[in-house]
Amino acid sequence: MKSLDNDAHPSSEEQAIAPQLGAEGSPSQAPTTVRFNLRSFMRGDLGFIPVILTLALITIYFQVTTSGVFLQARNLSNLTQQIVVISILSVAAVLVLLLGEIDLSLAAVAQACAAIMAVVSVYQNWNPWLAILLGLVAGAVIGLINGFFVAVLRVPSFIVTLAGSIGYAGFLLLVMGRQTTLIVRDDTIRSLAPTFLAPWLGWVIPFLLVGLYGLGVWYERKRRSQAGLPLRSSLQTAIQLGCVLAITVIVVYLFQSYQGVPQAVLISLGLVVIFWLLLRKTTFGRHLYAVGGNAEAARRAGINVVGMKLTVFVMASTLAALAGIMLTSRSTAVATQVSSTLLLNAIAAAVIGGVSLFGGRGSVWAVVLGALVIGSLDNGLDLLNQDQSIKSMVQGGVLLLAVTADALVRRSGLRTGR
Amino acid sequence: MTDRSVSIAQADLASGDRVPRLQLRNICKSFGGVRALKNVDFEVYGGEVVGLVGDNGAGKSTLIKTMSGAYVPDEGEVLVDGDPVTISSPQDSTRLGIETVYQDLALCDNLDVVANLWLGREAHRVLIPGVLRVLDETEMERQTIEVLKTLDVKIPSVRSPVASLSGGQRQCIAVAKTILRQPKVVLLDEPTAALGVAQTHQVLNLIRRLRERGLAVVVISHNLHDVFEVTDRIIVMRLGQRIASFETRKTSSEQVVAAITGATVKVNEDV
Repeated sequence: MKSLDNDAHPSSEEQAIAPQLGAEGSPSQAPTTVRFNLRSFMRGDLGFIPVILTLALITIYFQVTTSGVFLQARNLSNLTQQIVVISILSVAAVLVLLLGEIDLSLAAVAQACAAIMAVVSVYQNWNPWLAILLGLVAGAVIGLINGFFVAVLRVPSFIVTLAGSIGYAGFLLLVMGRQTTLIVRDDTIRSLAPTFLAPWLGWVIPFLLVGLYGLGVWYERKRRSQAGLPLRSSLQTAIQLGCVLAITVIVVYLFQSYQGVPQAVLISLGLVVIFWLLLRKTTFGRHLYAVGGNAEAARRAGINVVGMKLTVFVMASTLAALAGIMLTSRSTAVATQVSSTLLLNAIAAAVIGGVSLFGGRGSVWAVVLGALVIGSLDNGLDLLNQDQSIKSMVQGGVLLLAVTADALVRRSGLRTGR
Repeated sequence: MTDRSVSIAQADLASGDRVPRLQLRNICKSFGGVRALKNVDFEVYGGEVVGLVGDNGAGKSTLIKTMSGAYVPDEGEVLVDGDPVTISSPQDSTRLGIETVYQDLALCDNLDVVANLWLGREAHRVLIPGVLRVLDETEMERQTIEVLKTLDVKIPSVRSPVASLSGGQRQCIAVAKTILRQPKVVLLDEPTAALGVAQTHQVLNLIRRLRERGLAVVVISHNLHDVFEVTDRIIVMRLGQRIASFETRKTSSEQVVAAITGATVKVNEDV
C-alpha cells in the first residue's frame, strides 16, 4: 500500500494542480471561428503536403530534363491512363490496409477475374456486360473466401492472401487452358479504357461534381453555425473550394486540349470519390476506421467486426476484378503471367499517400497522389529512355524516401501530442 | 434536436429507506475447485460512490464481472431498483443500465473524441429515405460538447484524435462514453491506475460529478488514497468474502488496511 504515504497532504496537492487544469481550455463555448493552425492543417485535410512536395520535385525534374515534354497535355493524358489500373487496385489496398490487414492476392485476383471474363467472352460469346459482371462476381466470391479465412477463422491475412495469390495464379492458368495470351475481340470490353468523353460531357461531369462538393461544404457550414459550433474561417473555406475548382479546371483543360477526358480516368477518380464519401460520411466508414484503430473497442461498441472484415475483403477483391478488367481493356488481351510489379505498386501508392500499414489511418485520396508519384517516375524515366534497371532502383528509392518522410512527420506529430 | 443523451438521470439524493440501485445477494461463484466468491452481498445506492477494495485475488474483479455480465454467478440473486433480474451476458447488463469502464479504456486512438463517444450508436441524417443515410456530425459534435461540459471534462478540442489526449483525458472520455447511454450504475475498474497527479485529480472530479448526477458508482482501486478521496462507502473483500464495510468519513486508512490484510484490528462493522 504505497499510496498510504500520500495520505498526509492531499489538499496541498489539489491546490497545486488546479491552475494547470484550468489552463487546458474548455472544448468551446460560443460560435467562434477556429484560428488557423498550420500543424492541425497539415494533419487534417491536407496532411498530404510532403507527398505533394515530392510530386512537385519529380515533376520539375522531369519537366527540365525532358525539355518540356513531360507536362505536355499528350503526355499527361497518357500518364493518367497508365495509372488507372494501379489506382483502382490501390483503392482496394487502402480499404484492406485501413482495416489493419493486408491483401497480397489483389494482382492475382485481378488477372484471374479478367481471364474469366475474357474466356466467356471469347469462347462462349457471352454478352460483354454479362461477361464483365461474371468477372466482378468472381472477384466477390474470391473476396468471400479470403475474408472467411481472415475474419471467421482468424488466420493472419498476410498468409491467407499470400497463399491466395499463388492459388489464384494457378486458377488463372487453369481458366486460360493452353493459351498464354488470350486476345479479347469484343468491342464493348475493348472500348472501356481507351475511350474519351465527348467534350461537353468532359466539362459537365467534373463541374457538376465540384458544384455538389461546394454545396455540401456550404450546407455543412450552415448547419454548424445554426448549432452554434465553431466554424472554420471563411477564408480557409474559400481557399479550400478555390483549390478544388482550380485543380479541376486545369486538369479538365489539359485533357480537353489533347483528346478529351479519358473515360478510364473518370472511372478511377469516380471510385476514389465514392469510397472517400463512403469512408468519411457513413457509419460503415466510421466503423471501418474504428476496427482498424482498435478492434476490441469496436467490438465492445457493438460493431460486427467479423462482418466488417468480410465486407471489406469482398469489396477489395471486387475492385481488383474491376482493375483486371480495365487492364484487359487497355491491353486488349489477358496473359497467364501475373504482373510482378502491379501488386507492390498498388500497395506502395497507398503507403506513399500516407495510409498506415498498421490500420485505421489514411484517406482514400492517398491513392491519387501515390499513383501519380509512381506513374510520374515510370513515365518520366521512359521519356528519358532509361533502362528498367534504373527505373526499378529509382522507384524503390522514392518509395523508401516517401515512407521515411511520412514516418518522421507522423512521429513528430505524435511527440508534440497535438 | 433533443437533449435525450444529455439529460442524465437525476435521482433524489435523499437517503434513508431507499432501495439500492444495484443489489447482489448471497452471490457464489466457483471456478473448478476454487471458490472465488462465497456468499457475497453487495449494494450501491443512487448518488453514491462505493469503493471496492481488497488484495489481489480477493474476488473484486470476479464480483465486478458478475455485475457487468462477464460471469454468471452459481448462486445468489441480482436486483436492480429492487426488482430481481438475471444478468447472463454483457448485453443484459447494458440493457439494465449497468455500464463498465475497463482498465484498457476501449477507445479508438485514431478517431476523434466525437467519433469515439458515439461509436456504435452514431446519429444519422437521412439523404434518400430507406437508401442512404449519412453521419450527422453536427448533431454529434453539439451533444458531445454539451455532455463534456456537464461532466466538466476539459479537452483541447472535441475534434482532436484520442491519441493526442493525456491519460486522464482519455479516461474521462471513456467514462463520458458510457454516460451517453444514460446508465443507472457505472462500474470503474482501476480508473486512476497509471495516471499522473493532475490527471488523477481530473478523473476523481469526474467521479464526483457522476455522483452529483445521481448515478450509482462503483470504483475498484488499489490506491487507497484515491478511494478515500472520492468514495462514500468502502467495501473490503478478502478471500472471496465481503469482510467489512466502512463509511469513508468515519474511517481511517489503518482500519481499511487491516481489513484488507486480515490483521486483527477492531473492525467497525457499519452496514
